[in-house]
Amino acid sequence: MSSNYLDIIRPGINTTFQDKGRDHLYHIGIPFSGAMDNRNYLIANKLVNNNLDSAVIEFAYQGPHIKYSGEKINFAITGDVIFLIKKKDTEIEGKCYESYLIENGDEINIISTNKSVYGYLALGGEFDLKFQWNSCSINTKANIGSNDGKKLDVGQRINLKKINSNKDIKKTNYINTKIENIRVIKGTNFDYFSEEGKKIFYEKEFTVSKLSDRMGMRLEGPKIDNVVNTNIKSEGLIKGVIQVPADGNPIIMLSDHGTIGGYPKIGVVASVDYDRLVQMCPGSKIKFKEINLSDAETLFKLYEMETQNLLSQI
Amino acid sequence: MIKNISNLGDAALYCDFGNEVNKSINSQVIKYFKTIKEKKFEGINNLTPSYNKLIISYDLKKTNFKELKNYVENINPEDSIDINSKKLEIPVCCHENFSMDIKRLEQILKLSREKILENFLNKEYFCYMTGFIAGMPFLGDLDENMRAQRLETPRVKVPKGSVALTEQFANIYTFESPGGWNILGNTPLDIFDSSKEDKPNLINPGDTVIFKEITLDQYKNYNE
Repeated sequence: MSSNYLDIIRPGINTTFQDKGRDHLYHIGIPFSGAMDNRNYLIANKLVNNNLDSAVIEFAYQGPHIKYSGEKINFAITGDVIFLIKKKDTEIEGKCYESYLIENGDEINIISTNKSVYGYLALGGEFDLKFQWNSCSINTKANIGSNDGKKLDVGQRINLKKINSNKDIKKTNYINTKIENIRVIKGTNFDYFSEEGKKIFYEKEFTVSKLSDRMGMRLEGPKIDNVVNTNIKSEGLIKGVIQVPADGNPIIMLSDHGTIGGYPKIGVVASVDYDRLVQMCPGSKIKFKEINLSDAETLFKLYEMETQNLLSQI
Repeated sequence: MIKNISNLGDAALYCDFGNEVNKSINSQVIKYFKTIKEKKFEGINNLTPSYNKLIISYDLKKTNFKELKNYVENINPEDSIDINSKKLEIPVCCHENFSMDIKRLEQILKLSREKILENFLNKEYFCYMTGFIAGMPFLGDLDENMRAQRLETPRVKVPKGSVALTEQFANIYTFESPGGWNILGNTPLDIFDSSKEDKPNLINPGDTVIFKEITLDQYKNYNE
């Protein structure tokens, strides 16, 4: 029996364990999964002195309310998140990007994300989780990963198998930037669409629909007219692919996406913008901006250097 | 052979083997897939073979389009490569409890239930690819007179084990999922088993599948 554990008082809307994800499995139909916003996932682990590939608790919109039992431990929350820390006689509002010490009986109540979707809760230690294909990431559609592949539920107890001896308090003054323009690379079926449709894709605004989850983000807006064929022979997908089915509304593939699909691909989101794309909540406006491959590669390199810089300063 | 390699976004290669769907093109795709997988090139995250395409996604921190394209262009899969094909018999029960779209198929195909089953069962189908959902096999080719379009409105929930048809293909829903294929029956076999990490899929690309009919009683007793 572990003496350090969490009890879930309220699970939140879509709370799962996530880590770096799993690869080399697309050919059997298993997607990458992993933390949606990779940068915030890494920062969360760094703030509590964890290995960068440790599992964290990812939540969307409303987060979990948990009670901690055990020895003193660090925790940190990243994203744009409103949360409370309840100790014996006090309740304070916590700040993202700072680590805190909690002890036996303390509670963390994650109220909600603020104009964003995902937040991350890291604890200074290792959760006791089942790994499948080298990852504990939960894929609720295929029921793969830790917790029987299901999201966290009320009344559950989660054990820690190890807690960090280094309990240094850390802080960074990172601020999530929001973007309106999502940079995209032309898709392999770009020419399936009418001249008017192509213009609409790059010039008009789209709205993120409520029907968005870890599998995909559906957009609403002016219809993109397909003049060649509304179906293709099913073929492989990757995250960030923008498919346009017959109804003319684009769908962006996200981390738990189906591994193959048969709708024409109008574009692919540049890797540099993925972390910020997934944080756009329903009702947000999106405009697509075309960039070429070499610019996309350079921009990603810069983004990655920035991430490494951020991490090295923590 | 690969006809053209282009980029799918900034982190994947799109290898195009042509537009037709046939065994010979698909076997080429599978050979490339197996050869590249075997070589474990640093930076490749995933290989997704389909009817006539191979998508190779990579870690942009470790490699890039130019380097990987050059690498793939210089690969020559040998003809002798074992595409490791098995022949599998899949029990399927076509009792009315399971064959949810039989009436629709009778209408579209203008064939009786008996004729549809006769055309479908006891024939060899080739597994072109697996995916969409974990372990789902795409099998072909159905006879010309057995080809129906997808449902206009897909079902929100297709039961696990459903054996279904669309166009020249049959598939099996490895777990409950949304889907728009025409459901003909159900298999009691576990086609995908995530507890078998080294071999979660019963059916793999290149395999041959034959559907054998079982009765409702046999279905019910199958896993006992």
